[in-house]
Amino acid sequence: MNQKNSNSSSVEWSKEDVVLDVKDVHISFATSAGTLNAIRGVNFTLHKGETVAIVGESGSGKSVTVKSVMGIRSSNQKINHGEILYTYEEHGKKKTVDLLKFSKREMIANYNGKHIAMVFQDPMTALNPLLTIGAQVIEGMVLHLGMSKEEAWKKGEELLAEVGIPNPALTMKNYPHQLSGGMRQRIVIAIAIACNPDVLICDEPTTALDVTIQARILDLIKKIQKDRNISVIYITHDLGVVAKVADYVCVMYAGKIVERGTAYEMYFEPRHPYTWGLLLAMPDLNTTDERLYAIPGTPPNLLRKLVGDAFAPRNRYALNIDYEEEPPVYVLSDTHMVSSWLEHKDAPKVEMPESLQMRINRMKKEVGAYGN
Amino acid sequence: MAIEERSNSTKDLKDREVILEVKGLKQYFPVDSHNVVKAVDDVSFQVRKGTTFGLVGESGSGKSTIGRSIIRLYDPTEGTITLSGKEVSGRLTRDKKDFLTTHMQMIFQDPMASLNPRKKVIDIVAEGLDANHLYQNRKEREEKVYKILERVGLNHEQANRYPHMFSGGQRQRIGIARAIVMQPELIIADECISALDVSIQAQVVNIMKDLQDELGLTYLFIAHDLAMVKYISDYIGVIHLGHFVEMGTKEEIFSNPVHPYTKSLLSAIPEPNPITERDRKLVVYDKNEMGVDYTKGTKHFLTPSHMVLATDAELAAWA
Repeated sequence: MNQKNSNSSSVEWSKEDVVLDVKDVHISFATSAGTLNAIRGVNFTLHKGETVAIVGESGSGKSVTVKSVMGIRSSNQKINHGEILYTYEEHGKKKTVDLLKFSKREMIANYNGKHIAMVFQDPMTALNPLLTIGAQVIEGMVLHLGMSKEEAWKKGEELLAEVGIPNPALTMKNYPHQLSGGMRQRIVIAIAIACNPDVLICDEPTTALDVTIQARILDLIKKIQKDRNISVIYITHDLGVVAKVADYVCVMYAGKIVERGTAYEMYFEPRHPYTWGLLLAMPDLNTTDERLYAIPGTPPNLLRKLVGDAFAPRNRYALNIDYEEEPPVYVLSDTHMVSSWLEHKDAPKVEMPESLQMRINRMKKEVGAYGN
Repeated sequence: MAIEERSNSTKDLKDREVILEVKGLKQYFPVDSHNVVKAVDDVSFQVRKGTTFGLVGESGSGKSTIGRSIIRLYDPTEGTITLSGKEVSGRLTRDKKDFLTTHMQMIFQDPMASLNPRKKVIDIVAEGLDANHLYQNRKEREEKVYKILERVGLNHEQANRYPHMFSGGQRQRIGIARAIVMQPELIIADECISALDVSIQAQVVNIMKDLQDELGLTYLFIAHDLAMVKYISDYIGVIHLGHFVEMGTKEEIFSNPVHPYTKSLLSAIPEPNPITERDRKLVVYDKNEMGVDYTKGTKHFLTPSHMVLATDAELAAWA
């Protein structure tokens, strides 16, 4: 297990604990309008039992990133550069493989579902409406673990009980449309964990659900993660969800990770103007400002060649150099990295917006009250 | 200081004229000859001019149905709806329909599905003007549309494009432009920001607030994002299974929630604080377990604006 400081500002990890190491991945798509550079150099590591959240707007490349981990590739996709190293144990020995080297077929046969599983956003489209819940739950176990159908069925009932389905034996025989949205999402989670994966990828697992159900599903994923000691990658644009679950946060913009750090660093010491914008665009319950801090404009078109910092046109703190050269990555602590020219030693000193500073102070006060 | 200002503003709100009055609205849908779904069951509320009334509740609670019944996309089973002193419920006469379409507009959830992909933006926005003959000539029509588009942050050249050429946030602005071009008294915004990205949500909400200040618009804001509802609304109604379980000013709902369903909803709002958020416990509300029957409850007014649906015994236990 990892040694973790209770304040989570410094997280100590040993090298052996790395499950997934995503190194400088570049992915593009050939479209009729030209080459779309969806991912332009993504780096992050995932440790055993830890949770990484990837945050960003639609089109920022977060889904493409995790789909490449899952080996879900479209025919017009091209991996230009990089590797995704996955370390797992087989017959008591550690093995490290580069997932990007495998073909789609190899991924499906050996890794998908078995080692790396995914929970999708919309539980209705993720389940086959023509098959019973049972048939879908046992599918992976029969295929990957070589269980007999009877054995898998019994295991399936246990799984449904684990994810909090009230009457597992009966539900196994039901069809997806007979269940509510929250229950369906529980089934999707049961299917994902059926083969004891090391890595669980949750792609906006609660966006389609109500707030009350959302909290329960997140609690369920957390409980499963703890019980089974698996690593989880969340994709979401809801920073409230991230605060609840993540140890480590990556903020993505236009195919790049612009800032990453522990959850504490992200929420209490954010440095990138885009992170400020994201945090402020979401009102919390104490927001009384006349206007919300909106990030102006829209994300850039990745079909065009980007010069300089992709965020510059929407950035009110942009410097001249932002339009000319891409900012390097500045390392602020062992865990905190930011890609912004504002961190350069010659850059003018820019403070975060006042309303964000006030919110952080208020949150810190809450934490103080909470600690006692 | 802040508290004083706030109480002043509520006082101010109370004196405003009532634009929309809904009394005993029921919307039943027959399933077969024996069963009906009571989507909305005996709902009453008022919306005052220039204010925003937020409707919150889980999916299936009937919040969208209320909006759709008011604008007469459904025919209400029972109850009266009065808009600016004129009754718009009951049989929909030509006269009533004209009044409705010019005084009430709706912004829909999915900006892609609610805009006709075969029409240019100018024709989409002008559709209401066309139907009600609200211009003398082509030039006036054009001018009216351009003016509105400018207000929501789009420019003239974009008027001749098709919806697919816009981003989600821009499309939703077209939806807003289409609603305000009729200069309505009331706009029903049905989950109008749920399909948008966080940064774009803020842009759209700012536009809606600006327009409210400029034009004195009244909103019925239907949403499930409680933090956003709190930010934008003056009054809030909490709906569960077709009943208003609690209603009040936003301060009353958020600082002094009484109904356990409201409490459960509030406890589920994720907050952007990684330390307190991690261990927060959800208040679980199970109506059947607690033996709550909404049809037995009566409306208790704790203050003139704060209403809770409960029996006397329940209220004593909760408050």
